[in-house]
Amino acid sequence: MKRGIHMHAQGSVLLGVDPLVLLDHYEIDYHHSYAQDSPFFVGLSKKKLLGSCCTECGYIYATPRSHCMECGAATDWCELPLTGRVHTFTTCYFGGEVFLDETPFTLILVEFDGVDSLFLARLKGMEPSTVHIGLPVVARFAKTPSFKVTDVWFEHTHR
Amino acid sequence: MRPVYMISGGITKFAKAHINKDFRLMVKEAYDYALRDVPRFSKDMIDGAVGSYFSDHFTRQLKAASMVQDYLGLCPKPSKRVEGGGATGGLCFQSAWEAIASGRMNCCLAFGFETMSRVNTWKGNEFIALASDTNFDFPVGGFYSGYYAMMVQRHMYEFGTTVEQLAMVSVKNHVNALCNPYAQKAKRLSVKQVRESPMVATPLTMEDICTMSDGAATCILASEELAAKVCDRPVRIAGVGSGSDTMRMADRPHDKVMLLPHEQESDYLHLRYPGVHSFRGGRMAGKLAYEMAGIRNPLEELSFVELHDAYTSSEIQTYEDLGLCKYGEGGRFVESGAPFMADVNYGLDIPKAGRLPVNPSGGLLACGHPVGATGLMQAVFAFWQLQGTTSKHLGDDTLQVQQAKRGLIHSHAGTGTYITVSILEAT
Ligand SMILES: [Zn+2]
Repeated sequence: MKRGIHMHAQGSVLLGVDPLVLLDHYEIDYHHSYAQDSPFFVGLSKKKLLGSCCTECGYIYATPRSHCMECGAATDWCELPLTGRVHTFTTCYFGGEVFLDETPFTLILVEFDGVDSLFLARLKGMEPSTVHIGLPVVARFAKTPSFKVTDVWFEHTHR
Repeated sequence: MRPVYMISGGITKFAKAHINKDFRLMVKEAYDYALRDVPRFSKDMIDGAVGSYFSDHFTRQLKAASMVQDYLGLCPKPSKRVEGGGATGGLCFQSAWEAIASGRMNCCLAFGFETMSRVNTWKGNEFIALASDTNFDFPVGGFYSGYYAMMVQRHMYEFGTTVEQLAMVSVKNHVNALCNPYAQKAKRLSVKQVRESPMVATPLTMEDICTMSDGAATCILASEELAAKVCDRPVRIAGVGSGSDTMRMADRPHDKVMLLPHEQESDYLHLRYPGVHSFRGGRMAGKLAYEMAGIRNPLEELSFVELHDAYTSSEIQTYEDLGLCKYGEGGRFVESGAPFMADVNYGLDIPKAGRLPVNPSGGLLACGHPVGATGLMQAVFAFWQLQGTTSKHLGDDTLQVQQAKRGLIHSHAGTGTYITVSILEAT
């Protein structure tokens, strides 16, 4: 907002004249509510990985949802194991603009014993060429929470 | 439901940037081309329109389809916008089909566009990644190429698919596009060059991934009566289907395969489906479209396919979803030569080319992917194939599939969250 006003005061930034192209900067503050997913993010700050267990059909979701997509019943929060395995992976050498500074980074989908669905996270501390499907991994948590899903990541474990 | 026909189409060349044309002018060019191709047709026969574009972030103009509607001089006729990620164009085509099949309209225009050049490539990737869950997926490193890379890693693990097989798709589609003047990125490539191009997300390189584009496309759909009156060679839309899957890949089940008529449960005794290696929504879309069109064995009954190859890997995954081969055989399907054009030299050692050409146009990999236009571009190419008019429209008949009777077009969103399949037939 401030910058927009500033630019109007200074005039427009022209990027081209034929055709006429202006630089138009915009940014916003958005009130992103986690709403019913909030306990998951609070859980991360307590070094807990919270999934959802269906009270009716028993389906267990690694990525939480407050209602079961199998049967429609409400779910309960349940603690997931902190160790799992790499279900699949990739190392990204490019990315969306906000993540470019963080490249290369490795993404994994984690599978947990006794849990029906998967969880997306980053894998840290591994040479990309040594990552493979089935690799045992353990959850690590940020000391200072930022209340984002990146408050949890995974590392290779030998157990 | 009434029979529905496509009577004309047009494309505004897909390019990295059309800085001198906004979305209204891009659509107008494709629209005027379509009108010129049916001289006995006139604008007043259009009962309404459906517009398609993917992202308000890219356009920076909400209600942009309304501006196209007035630019084309179609006010006050019915109009709406359809949006469904990468499948926006396919959904738009089917929405126009619905308007006629239901009897609500006798003629409906489908138009689509995207203007992706106004931001840099990596901001564009960020905009696209916002079409993933913003609580759980986007913040981890939201990047569609990363999501597709994870899917193909699992496909390679389950089925032994190789990066060389992926690269063959890239070679095929880029070479096909050499004879398509509407394409953005036609070129001759080798498997080695695909593998040696910069790594984006392992195992996908720059040449495994489509580019962003500016472009537009239009299709005119009509009732049987109107089509017979104004068009010498209308093309019948014989079947439509669509499907969906969970927004987050992590939530996909690991269950049983949804079978097509030519498959049996014993084909997939140990396969946990769809997992992240297959697109259940694509299988659903294909199944519904085949049922409506009366197709029992797609490999035998289709003449060509234009499918959503945003990634070389997703082309291989889609062969399987559409039942062109069994699940797990997609890599070998491309190696067999089946999806190549019979008479095009690819510089590859292919056993037997041309059984069922896939993406003769060059697909998204070579044509580019101006999202809202892409699914309609596929329909226009399929229309020209089935009319036998590719040489008239492309200036060259290299890409004409001989005796093309029936074509399939496939439009795909997200990590497989919305998918459409439409079957077109020559008359
Ligand atoms: Zn349940």
